Amino acid sequence: MSQSRQEPTIIRRILITIALWYIGFFLVLPLMIVFASALHQGVGVYLSSLHDPMTLAAIRLTLLTAVVAVPLNLFFGIAASWAIVKFDFRGKNLLLTLIDLPLSVSPVISGLIYVLLFGAHGAWGPWLKAHGIQIIFTPAAIILTTLFVTFPLVARELIPMMKTLGNDEEEAAITLGAGGFKTFWYVTLPNIKWGLLYGVLLCNARAMGEFGAVSVVSGHIRGLTNTLPLHIEILYNEYQFTAAFAAASLLVFLALVTLVAKSLIELKFKAEQMPLLKGK
Amino acid sequence: MSIEVKGVSKTFDTFKALDRVDLNIETGELLALLGPSGSGKTTLLRIIAGLEVADEGQILFHGEDTKERKVKDRQVGFVFQHYALFRHMTVFENIAFGLRVKPKHLRLSDAQIKEKVHGLLRLIQLDYIGERYPWQLSGGQRQRIALARALAVEPKVLLLDEPFGSLDAQVRKELRQWLRRFHDQLHITSLFVTHDQEEALEVADKIVVMNKGRLEQVGTPEEVYHKPANKFVLNFLGNVNFFHARVVDGKAYLGNAMIDLPDLHKNSKTASLFVRPHQFELTRQPKDGSSLKAVALTINPAGSVVKIDLKSEGGDTFQAEITQEEFQALRFQKGDTIYVSLRQVTYYEYEI
Amino acid sequence: MFLLKQRSSLPGFHLALGYTVFYLSLIVLIPLSTLFIKSSSLDWKTFIDIVSAPRTLAAIRLSFSTAFVAASVNVFFGFMIAWVLARYRFPGKKIIDALIDFPFALPTAVAGIALTALYSPHGWVGRYLYSWGIESAYSPLGITLALIFIGLPFVVRTIEPVIQELDPELEEAAASLGAGRWQTFGRVLFPVLLPPLLTGFNLAFARGIAEYGSIIFIAGNMPGKTEIAPLLIITKLEQFDYTGATAIAVVMLTISFILLAITNFLQWWASKRIGIN
Repeated sequence: MSQSRQEPTIIRRILITIALWYIGFFLVLPLMIVFASALHQGVGVYLSSLHDPMTLAAIRLTLLTAVVAVPLNLFFGIAASWAIVKFDFRGKNLLLTLIDLPLSVSPVISGLIYVLLFGAHGAWGPWLKAHGIQIIFTPAAIILTTLFVTFPLVARELIPMMKTLGNDEEEAAITLGAGGFKTFWYVTLPNIKWGLLYGVLLCNARAMGEFGAVSVVSGHIRGLTNTLPLHIEILYNEYQFTAAFAAASLLVFLALVTLVAKSLIELKFKAEQMPLLKGK
Repeated sequence: MSIEVKGVSKTFDTFKALDRVDLNIETGELLALLGPSGSGKTTLLRIIAGLEVADEGQILFHGEDTKERKVKDRQVGFVFQHYALFRHMTVFENIAFGLRVKPKHLRLSDAQIKEKVHGLLRLIQLDYIGERYPWQLSGGQRQRIALARALAVEPKVLLLDEPFGSLDAQVRKELRQWLRRFHDQLHITSLFVTHDQEEALEVADKIVVMNKGRLEQVGTPEEVYHKPANKFVLNFLGNVNFFHARVVDGKAYLGNAMIDLPDLHKNSKTASLFVRPHQFELTRQPKDGSSLKAVALTINPAGSVVKIDLKSEGGDTFQAEITQEEFQALRFQKGDTIYVSLRQVTYYEYEI
Repeated sequence: MFLLKQRSSLPGFHLALGYTVFYLSLIVLIPLSTLFIKSSSLDWKTFIDIVSAPRTLAAIRLSFSTAFVAASVNVFFGFMIAWVLARYRFPGKKIIDALIDFPFALPTAVAGIALTALYSPHGWVGRYLYSWGIESAYSPLGITLALIFIGLPFVVRTIEPVIQELDPELEEAAASLGAGRWQTFGRVLFPVLLPPLLTGFNLAFARGIAEYGSIIFIAGNMPGKTEIAPLLIITKLEQFDYTGATAIAVVMLTISFILLAITNFLQWWASKRIGIN
């Protein structure tokens, strides 16, 4: 970097030191305390607390939620980004804003709207009750609210990426005789795969970790409607700290894996796409 | 295959890109769409390919309306300005793409595809780079790969959008001669878009000069250069000097010099004269009453011709080109008085 | 609403847009609209009564003030961190950079219990703070600390790319014209960085007033004192007071949407500013 863009060494050192302390204090300490508390009573207790049937049930429900929510939002993300990036139509900006909307809604309100819709006193509550259908306080409600809170995550990753890539290659493919599906599969998908993967990871992390929204619709029925984050709350409130932190450590692990994968994907993307984008 | 463009119009938002364009393209022709940016030439190319849809008008391939034909079924080869090579595929896979996406019953076997792709690579003289990726190639190589890829599916028409636009001057010259030879071998109906008049004049059988969404002139390179249909074509194709002449009794005057313009109408009052730099004759002494007296402002002898900027008695500035031999004989210097006669002139007369 | 006019020859427009609008309506628009339908059944007096109740006002005030302080702290330090990450080289930078997204990726409930464990009277940090008389848990300060944790990536990730993409010639030009480092920063760089700084603040603030999971463990949840607005919604809901919950939710949601509009405006402003350069 040229001389004119550098601060004096002493200023640089001070800034770096402050930044590192701030990060250490606010980010690293919380990370460490989870593992420290989980392993507080030794590895044996840690493992046995994870083997608790209620914890296992919570893990199962969390996985189920992610398995349903992520593919649905992935499919939506692909459709939305295809429509938005590849075509011009009026109302596009409105559509973009609406897609991002769930990110601006408080998790608690995200849960509340489903209670207002399906709850006993909700808009469709009486009708559902008359037909013997229960949604609130069941896994169905948990999956629905998770769909809502993770709704834009894949689309948000894909849209800017597809914009930078442009339409040229797809147009080339169709002049060469490829149909819509083949164009997407052989030309678009290989170009966006890393962005897609990152979107899926983010979506998955949020789906498995969502707390506020899910808390509102779950009813906290142990073994039935408790996801892992909700289970952690119960354990914590019952002063089973080791068990709570053991369960929490799983989610921290998931978060760390997501971060590592993100960094790897960025490296991979840079290595693969940069020379190509530059070479354009 | 012949192509007929009938009354095609296209508007983007409020910008009129094409305004009722009619054009006939004969089978086997190499045609240049020439015009400044915004003249609608790329839009026309994309409409023929089916990449854009015309607001009005028809495109006929061999007399048949293409309206219902999707891009993928049109059998047009399109070479994109930035090549649009598939960046995650090797050169080989790029060229093979069109063959691989054909429906099963029409698809060649892997061995046949391989043979065909290698044939094309040989044709473009790049047989040795089949396993490389697009980003490992130079611009000129990418251009040829893009062409080979388009040719792989045996298109009936080849469309090229600014094929040499993003190349260095040197590579550009080589490639356009190469394209000319290439077309002579294959004789496939081809259209290319360019804003470079030199390119169009050198490569094409026929040139379509476009401006503001309309066709200004269609003709052979010779016709558009030597018999420009209007001022725009004249201006756009090559440098041209402009003079404003008085007309008295059917005779044109530039200052004191009388310019011999045959067929001037008696009622004309003024005329616009257009003279290309090489159409001047420069002498030390006046040849006759038609010689224009001028002063040499700058002289640039570097290059294949010598360029001389002149200022006439009447205050017109213009540029003349003479050969190195003439320059050696006459030895003009800056500030010299030079007499100028017009060997050839294009003019428009007015009754005001 | 949408003009179905495709301007590209690529296939799949109607299918893709149709599905997008269908799924968007199903998952987002219809559920979200019930909130407003429900609230429209309230008359104004009831609505005002609920919203202006002392407990509600205290909760909203608490949410706003803690989010404001946390976002301000984060803008200051986040800017510094973004600058350090974008400009300097030091060992471990890659890891630090990846770690910035940790609060994004970490489930809020986990953040909540971890922060509580840290700042409670017997926690690693709390035991020192309490010995100096600072109540770092079950207090507005605790809420603020949690919001600082949650908000940091919003600020850093908004500013960092802008710092990275600053045109080097800007600073070199300023230096060549005789400006000192501080002058260059204040007169040349800061004006460019102001829109993203405000955007970062806005995002962190919006997240702060909406946040629930990371706060409830550390907040103490005393009505009127340490009860945040989202928690009040849940409390009302648990008492089957749908009307009360809806009224507060409408207020909070409206504020969120206003903040979203401001963010969009700031981004438009920033692109205009950078566009000029």
